[in-house]
Amino acid sequence: MKLSSIDSQLLKAVADLHGIPRGAFNIRKDGEGVLRQSSANIEIVPKRDKPGIDIIVKPGTKNESVHIPVIMTKSGLKDVVYNTFIIGEGADVTIIAGCGIHNQGDQDSQHDGIHEFIIKEGASVKYVEKHYGQGGGQGKRVLNPTTIVTIETGGYAEMEMVQIRGVDDTIRTTEAFIHDKGGLKVVERLLTDGRQKAVSNITIHLIGADSSGQVLSRSVAQDESQQVFRASLVGKNRATGHVECDSIIMGNAQIRAVPELNAESAEAVLTHEAAIGRIAGDQLIKLMTLGLDEKEAIDTILAGFLR
Amino acid sequence: MLELKDISLSFNGSNGDAKEILKNINLTFESGKLYAITGPNGGGKTSIAKVIMGIYQPTQGQILFNGEDITNLSITERARRGLAYAFQQPPRFKGLYVEEVMRIANPAIDDMGIRSYLRDVGLCPEDYIGRDLGPSLSGGETKRLEVAQLLAKDALLTIFDEPEAGVDLWTIQKLISLIIKRHRENKGNTVVIISHHEQFLPICDEIILVADGEIREKGPAASVWPLIRDDIICNCGIRNECGGGLIEAQQYR
Repeated sequence: MKLSSIDSQLLKAVADLHGIPRGAFNIRKDGEGVLRQSSANIEIVPKRDKPGIDIIVKPGTKNESVHIPVIMTKSGLKDVVYNTFIIGEGADVTIIAGCGIHNQGDQDSQHDGIHEFIIKEGASVKYVEKHYGQGGGQGKRVLNPTTIVTIETGGYAEMEMVQIRGVDDTIRTTEAFIHDKGGLKVVERLLTDGRQKAVSNITIHLIGADSSGQVLSRSVAQDESQQVFRASLVGKNRATGHVECDSIIMGNAQIRAVPELNAESAEAVLTHEAAIGRIAGDQLIKLMTLGLDEKEAIDTILAGFLR
Repeated sequence: MLELKDISLSFNGSNGDAKEILKNINLTFESGKLYAITGPNGGGKTSIAKVIMGIYQPTQGQILFNGEDITNLSITERARRGLAYAFQQPPRFKGLYVEEVMRIANPAIDDMGIRSYLRDVGLCPEDYIGRDLGPSLSGGETKRLEVAQLLAKDALLTIFDEPEAGVDLWTIQKLISLIIKRHRENKGNTVVIISHHEQFLPICDEIILVADGEIREKGPAASVWPLIRDDIICNCGIRNECGGGLIEAQQYR
C-alpha cells in the first residue's frame, strides 16, 4: 500500500515515522489494518471477535520496538479499536502508538482506542502515545483513549501520553493495577486551544507491597479551551505514589485539576502537588532580554513546558 | 555610548500614592569602561538597570544609546541593539535546556562554545548542557548559568545585577574575576556591575553610588572608593554623616 502525503504527515506527527518502520508494526487507516508485520519476538495477531490486534512480546525480548499508529482521513468516520499488549516475563520493549486525524469535512471523526496492557513479571515497557488533529473542516476531531494496565511482580512501565494539537474533544481514561514491586510512571502532556475540551481521568491502584506510581501532568490551555484533570492514587499496601499536575492557563481558558489520594493502608505514602498559573512575567522578560520577541518567548516557554 | 537624561521612575503604592523610585538620574556610560553601581539595598540600583533594559518605563527622561533615542523601544529591540541584563534572581524554566538558552543568547554559538562558557563559570558541561533550567537547579547554579549566557551574548553593554548574590564565597571571586577578564579581552564593550563586593569596587573604572533613588556620588574608583571604604559616606549615601549612622561598610568587607 502506498501512503499519501497526508498519511505521511500524520504518521510523522504521531509516531515520528518517515516511512514503513523496521521490526514489528501495524498501521491502521480509516478503520482497517492496512499494513502489518510481526518480528521474530513480537507477534501481532488480529482479534477475531472485535476490531483490533493482540501484540504478544516473547519473554526475554530486549531492545525491540513496535509501532502501532492509527490514522484517519475520512470525515464522519467513528472507529473503535481494541488492542491488547502482552509483554512476556523479563522483556524490555518500546511501543510507539498514537493517532492522527485529518478531517477536511463537516462531520465529526472519532477514534476510540481501548488498550489493555498485561506486563508480566520483571518486564519493562516504554509506551509513547501521541494524538494529533489537522484539517480545515467544520467536523470535530475526537479522540477517546482508554488504557488499562496490569503490572505484575517487579514489572515497570513508563507511559508518555501526549496530545500535540488539533484535537477538539477528548476523554482520556487510564486505570492501572500495580502488584508487588511493580512501578508505573505516567507522563501526560496536553495542549488545547480554540474551543477544545479535554478530560483526563487517571487512577492507579497500588495493590502490591513496595509498588509505586507516579503521575506527572503538564498542560497548556489557550483561548476558550477547557481542561479537567483528575488523578487518583489508591494505596492498598506498603507503596509510594505521587501526583504532580502543572498547568499554564492563557486567554479565557479554564482548567480544573483534581488530584486525589486514597490511602487504604497505613504504610502507603502518597503525595500530590498541583499548580495552575499564567506564564510568569519574569520568564517572558528574561527571554526578551536575550533578544526574543514576546511571541517567540511564549512559544519557547510553552515548547519547553510541554516537552 | 549610553546616556540617561533626567530619568525619573514612579510606581503607585498600595495606598494609591505614587512612590518615587528614581529621581532625575543623569548618567553616562562610555564605551569600553567598567562601571560599578553600588549603594544601600532599596536605593534604586536595580531600577536603573531595569530602566536601561526597558523592563521599567521611566515616568520622565530620555535614554540614548549610541546617539539613538531608545526610551520607547521594547526590551527585545534594546536587546537586539546590544544591551543585555543579567538578573539578580534569574527565573527558572521547566523543560528549557541550558543548551537552548545559550543558543538563544548567542545564535551563532556552537557546541564547543557552550561547553567553554559552562567551564568558565565552573560548571561541568557534561552535567549541565542537557539539563533544564527548572527548580532542580540551586540558586548558585542558576546564577552561574545566567553569567554564562550573558558572556556568550557578548553585548555592547552588559549589566550584571549583583552576580555575587546567592552564590558561595569561592564562586563570587571566580565570577567577578571572570567578568572582568572578559571585559578586558573584549575592548570596546561596556560592563556595568551592580555590586557590594569590596574587591571589585576599587578596580573598576568608575563607581556610581545610588541611594534613595538619587545619584549620591559618581566618579573614578580612586576617588569614590575611599569614601565608602573609610566610612565617610553615611548609611543613606550622604557624605560627612547626616546623623543616620555610618554606611554599612561591613557589607563591602
